[in-house]
Amino acid sequence: MSDKVKVTIDGITVEVEPGTSILNAARQIGGDIVPPAMCYYSKLEGSGGKCRTCLVKVSKGSEKDPRPMPKLVASCRTGVMDGMEVQNITSPEVIEARKGVVEILLINHPLDCPVCDQAGECHLQDLSFEHGVADTRYEFDRRTFEKIDIGDKIQLHMTRCILCYRCVYVADQITDNRVHGILGRGDASEISTYIEKAIENDFSGNVIDVCPVGALTDKTFRFKNRVWFTKPVDAHRDCPKCKGKVTLWYKGEEVLRVTGRKDQFGEVEDFICNTCRFDTKNTSDWVIEGPRHISHTSVISSNHYEMTLLPVIKENPILIEANKIEFDRATKV
Amino acid sequence: MARKLLLGNINVPGIHTFDVYRQHGGYRAVEKALKTMTPDAVVEEVKTSGLRGRGGAGFPTGMKWSFLAKPEGRERYLVCNADESEPGTFKDRYLMTHIPHLLVEGMIVSSFALGAKTSYIYVRGEMMPQIRILERAIAEAKNAGFLGKNILGSGYDLELYVQPGGGAYICGEETALIESLEGKRGNPRIKPPFPAISGVWACPTVVNNVETIAAVVPIINDGGEEYAKVGNGRSTGTKLISASGNLNKPGVYEIELGLPVEEFIYSEEYCGGIANGKRLKAVVAGGSSVPILPANLILKTINGQPRLMSYESLSDGGFQTGSMLGSGGFIAFDEDQCIVRNTWNFARFYHHESCGQCSPCREGTGWMEKVLHNLENGHGKMSDIDLLVDVSKKIEGNTICPLGDAAAWPVASAIRHFRDEFEWHITNSKTAMEQNYGLANYADPLPKLEEVTSQN
Repeated sequence: MSDKVKVTIDGITVEVEPGTSILNAARQIGGDIVPPAMCYYSKLEGSGGKCRTCLVKVSKGSEKDPRPMPKLVASCRTGVMDGMEVQNITSPEVIEARKGVVEILLINHPLDCPVCDQAGECHLQDLSFEHGVADTRYEFDRRTFEKIDIGDKIQLHMTRCILCYRCVYVADQITDNRVHGILGRGDASEISTYIEKAIENDFSGNVIDVCPVGALTDKTFRFKNRVWFTKPVDAHRDCPKCKGKVTLWYKGEEVLRVTGRKDQFGEVEDFICNTCRFDTKNTSDWVIEGPRHISHTSVISSNHYEMTLLPVIKENPILIEANKIEFDRATKV
Repeated sequence: MARKLLLGNINVPGIHTFDVYRQHGGYRAVEKALKTMTPDAVVEEVKTSGLRGRGGAGFPTGMKWSFLAKPEGRERYLVCNADESEPGTFKDRYLMTHIPHLLVEGMIVSSFALGAKTSYIYVRGEMMPQIRILERAIAEAKNAGFLGKNILGSGYDLELYVQPGGGAYICGEETALIESLEGKRGNPRIKPPFPAISGVWACPTVVNNVETIAAVVPIINDGGEEYAKVGNGRSTGTKLISASGNLNKPGVYEIELGLPVEEFIYSEEYCGGIANGKRLKAVVAGGSSVPILPANLILKTINGQPRLMSYESLSDGGFQTGSMLGSGGFIAFDEDQCIVRNTWNFARFYHHESCGQCSPCREGTGWMEKVLHNLENGHGKMSDIDLLVDVSKKIEGNTICPLGDAAAWPVASAIRHFRDEFEWHITNSKTAMEQNYGLANYADPLPKLEEVTSQN
């Protein structure tokens, strides 16, 4: 008798360790049923629950207590129970709520993707492509901020920020002497450093990797190139501070950028130090391992989004109705 | 004359001092509980009384107390939520200003019941006079041996502290209050774990409203069964109502739950009718976050029953035709008040007070405020009304804490019940800047009660 618990997500049953979150259970299944996550980051303790894009419907609480949960729950912070049944893309209610969250996340986002370094590997782009609507109903001035340099290699462009708090957790958990947090409240809150102090820490560059949007960018890479024109290559080096396992982004012979190795959910495998990230940009510094595998459907590889719809939506009339706008757009193409 | 369990001695001169309070039977509950009862017996007594949380949600207090985890060797805490900042609610401030020892006495008894050795009263930062009054009351009680080590020779120790907050509405949410009490940014925590398992400094914690804790005193003095006789059905005891708006006699009233709303508004004992001889247009029955109701629905439920001031009766009809008792902030609007402006004002408040942690509330409250500002100032479009309903639905239920719901309900309910007034603001935008709807269009804006009930 194993002590694993059974959870069913969109009709697919999986056995997971007790205490796993619904989101992580869905990631073990993989594929289309994984809820999107903008703020949850598995390597950062306490992250998640804020962006509300991973909302799912729990249609059966557990084997012992089969009542459904009254509200949609954030799958990243809700633990699984034995016999739990979860609906993600099979629930029109979830799709509707997620569409609302995407619209709300975008109302104060500048949508300056053509000049944003994150374009192509931006989670908000992916999210709004997959779940959002084509136009906005928001007709007011968007919130704007001045750009701030936090440290000589990192630039903060608060206007693009969606306040996922990931960088705050990075500053809290993997660097000492935190000087980085949230000021203000409501939609006037902003990420900032203590009296605009520079972050001086060997691991501060990781805030760039965890940022799901282009709010924190690498000043050594700013405006150098578009992501889809560069070629990612795995490499390592003997680094005294970190494991030294990185991805190099090449354009021709030149290393334009160094980042951590990101998995399919956009999370780095290991945090890397600032020396690896900013100061070692010659091929001779590195031992090349081979091309980084990036899904051929990703924007990073193919420079455009795939226009195919999920099979379940093609079959289910209720879901077709709920996804009408995307469906029209996809069939038009 | 209704029974006054909390404010019976409010008019005694000097009741805010320890000596006068003691002469009028104060601290009897502490003596009774500590000398003759066990902590579990106190919890049982509160359970018997059927006391429900007075802060807004109305959760049974005895049940909340019995959920408190009691692991060996861990401190437990009682926190009193005096961060009263809901627009329209001012009962706790009144109680703390005039009869602070009632709260101190309730804190001692409740802490004893829960086994807490340290308790906090978290007071909203703007209430500086009340902070001083409470600190003085605590010092007096300590001098008299009701606080500190070995209270009344029972071997029970208790320290009571007043913690001023920074003045944020969100810190009235219990987990945000705990974060703020710990000295952090007042962001609500993601539940579970609930405070009863992991609260202040990860220790089991109970957070109760001021009035709830004060109500423990009459329960212990007279017994839970006696308390349960007051009130109506599952709404037992008395409730402080902060009546405001266009009433002849606004103020804080202690009512027995189950009092008809009509009597509360029109009787001379309570609010004395609508000011200046005008007619009632709408009522927000429980503080700004509960749905607003038009006059016909506040006086009678949709089934034609008279509506009572109780948890059940006010929420009768759900969100379609009902409201909630909430924290007891009773705001009355006469025929000359503009519902659009009022809704905008509430939306502005929630926009200002959103903590900014989760996206629907952070961005959605600002969006609703801007749309309502346009509507109120004559720049609205017909599509804006549906937009508001849609945005409020996107916020409601999708946020970490109830502030999102509290921001969405007033907007959704105002549009549900006063849609014609919103439309009039759009179609007659120029007139709407100069006068309000009630005067402009309605000779008799409200249908007679009989007509409404017969139609349904």
